[in-house]
Amino acid sequence: MLNYVLSRLLTFIPTFLGVTLISFAFIRVLPGDPIMVMAGERGMSDERYAELSAQLGYDRPMYAQFWEYLTGVLQGDLGNSFVTKRPVWDEFFSLFPATLELSLCAMIFAMALGLPAGVIAAVNRGKFFDRALMSTALVGYSMPIFWWALLLIIVFSGNLGWTPVSGRIDLLYYFPDPTGFMLIDSIASGQKGALVSALRHLLLPTIVLGTIPLAVIARQTRSAMLEVLGEDYIRTARAKGMSPGRINGIHALRNALIPVITVIGLSVGTLLAGAILTETIFSWPGIGKWMVDSIFRRDYPVVQGGLLLIAVMVMVVNLTVDMLYGIINPKIRKR
Amino acid sequence: MPLLRIRNLSVDFATASGAFRAVDAVDQDMETGEILAIVGESGSGKSVSMLALMGLLPWTATVTADELSFDGHDLLNIAPRARRKIVGNDLAMIFQEPMSSLNPCFTVGWQIKEALRSHLGLNRKERHARAVELFEQVGIPDPEKRLSAFPHQLSGGMNQRVMIAMAIACKPKLLIADEPTTALDVTIQAQILDLLADLRRDTGMGLVLITHDMGVVAETAERVSVQYAGQKVEEQPVGALFATPHHPYTGALLDALPERATEKKLPTIPGVVPGQFDRPAGCLFSPRCKFANDKCRSTPPPPLGADMGYARCFYPLNANERIAS
Repeated sequence: MLNYVLSRLLTFIPTFLGVTLISFAFIRVLPGDPIMVMAGERGMSDERYAELSAQLGYDRPMYAQFWEYLTGVLQGDLGNSFVTKRPVWDEFFSLFPATLELSLCAMIFAMALGLPAGVIAAVNRGKFFDRALMSTALVGYSMPIFWWALLLIIVFSGNLGWTPVSGRIDLLYYFPDPTGFMLIDSIASGQKGALVSALRHLLLPTIVLGTIPLAVIARQTRSAMLEVLGEDYIRTARAKGMSPGRINGIHALRNALIPVITVIGLSVGTLLAGAILTETIFSWPGIGKWMVDSIFRRDYPVVQGGLLLIAVMVMVVNLTVDMLYGIINPKIRKR
Repeated sequence: MPLLRIRNLSVDFATASGAFRAVDAVDQDMETGEILAIVGESGSGKSVSMLALMGLLPWTATVTADELSFDGHDLLNIAPRARRKIVGNDLAMIFQEPMSSLNPCFTVGWQIKEALRSHLGLNRKERHARAVELFEQVGIPDPEKRLSAFPHQLSGGMNQRVMIAMAIACKPKLLIADEPTTALDVTIQAQILDLLADLRRDTGMGLVLITHDMGVVAETAERVSVQYAGQKVEEQPVGALFATPHHPYTGALLDALPERATEKKLPTIPGVVPGQFDRPAGCLFSPRCKFANDKCRSTPPPPLGADMGYARCFYPLNANERIAS
């Protein structure tokens, strides 16, 4: 197992270098110029422009700039934001818990509904429930996320008034946030109603962000279950007189989980991308919103550093998924 | 009362191109402690009739019968919950492919203890003790250690022993072995057959051995039922069947045994088992039978009496003059 982890970590190196290069290039090929954005509407004299350009290092050749960036990254220095002047690293990790909390809740929501739905659909293959569920999943998968978010806000916040429209917690509450996770901090604060308020704020963003993963997980679970249900060992379990619930939920589902956790791992990437839209709509103070704002400001260090950190997160998640294969199905560990 | 009584069992599969009859009007009786072999080539419906008994057929199958009873239970009209109390308990089955018949995600110990818990309600300690005992009984060395092995860590022969241990875990009255040795090496085949025969002797359970290997039949069985294209075409005690086969199909099967060959070239049965679309109007074996005439091709022969091995044939072999006249 340890060898396996180490060999997987080695494959990280080229991926990591590729990601640094892409994140570095991405923001620079966008039209626009951070110095002009800083200048704002008044404009700037040519001398001042040259001075700032030299100060920020943008007058040097691209390869030199990349080298400087890369050596910085390897020493854990992602540079400072142009706008706030704070290190990118600090900004990222002060905002990341908000995104992580939302993503985790969305993933739990998607799995809690998607896995059983897929299993039930597979067991009732071709019947009404299966067809209804899979059509709904297709709609969920194809739905534009911003439209879905607005629809939910109109109905649940506007018409019914059940949920707040934006933010993470009511302004009534104020407490320190040692962990950055609002659910944990609100409990730790001991303030009455804080947790309920945090949950109500979390509800709609969770549903919106979890909808696409939910649809993907349900469909993938169904197809994996259909394949597994035809296997010989399912017949053996039935020949042992096991109940259908046990056969479907334990014997079959455990085998079907391998392809399902693969899409769950891949969904994490989608989730972070989806978080950009969801966080913007719900004014959720996470890295998605931070990235969008920084792109508009042409805040080069923030965009390239943020992209890099997000990419590393996705890589770590996928490594974890690979490890899970071996735990769920020991046969894979041997290969 | 016989342990197993099947009357006029038919199984139809719904396929995209219409219904396909896999088992056609099969009768079968079995007494406690008996070894019955069901032989026939691939597609003769020998597994399907036993899967119907177990209730393991896919939903595309329709089972009809005049009677399908096991140990006093009517298995034809039984509720699923009541069937699950019998299946895996008094009525057990092992399969052809031991490697794929065990769940790769769970240890073999877990899989065997699961049956012990649901049917016998043993506690954790009792289950473990019983599992060790069963592994010893089926000849698995070092049972304590093997219990925590996964199926892929064991050989095919070991896995089949695990399957057998699992099947006999609740001391069944009838064990159905569906080609238990087909996927195994020849030396392992003999070991597994010996094991099954020993277990039958020690526990007094009935054993149905589904096979296409006449050598296995001669070695193990007491009574033999020959199936062809879904029908039972002959049934006799093993000695009589090998000495005086009555159905031409049985005769042809025996002639094809290498041990019996008199010429350099092994005799074969020309043609293949009829499929969904080329089912003959008369005797199902008539297109391949060297004795067939127009009557055979147009009229299905009913089964003969016990003295003729219930053979479905107008002109049975070894019949002396009694029938031919």
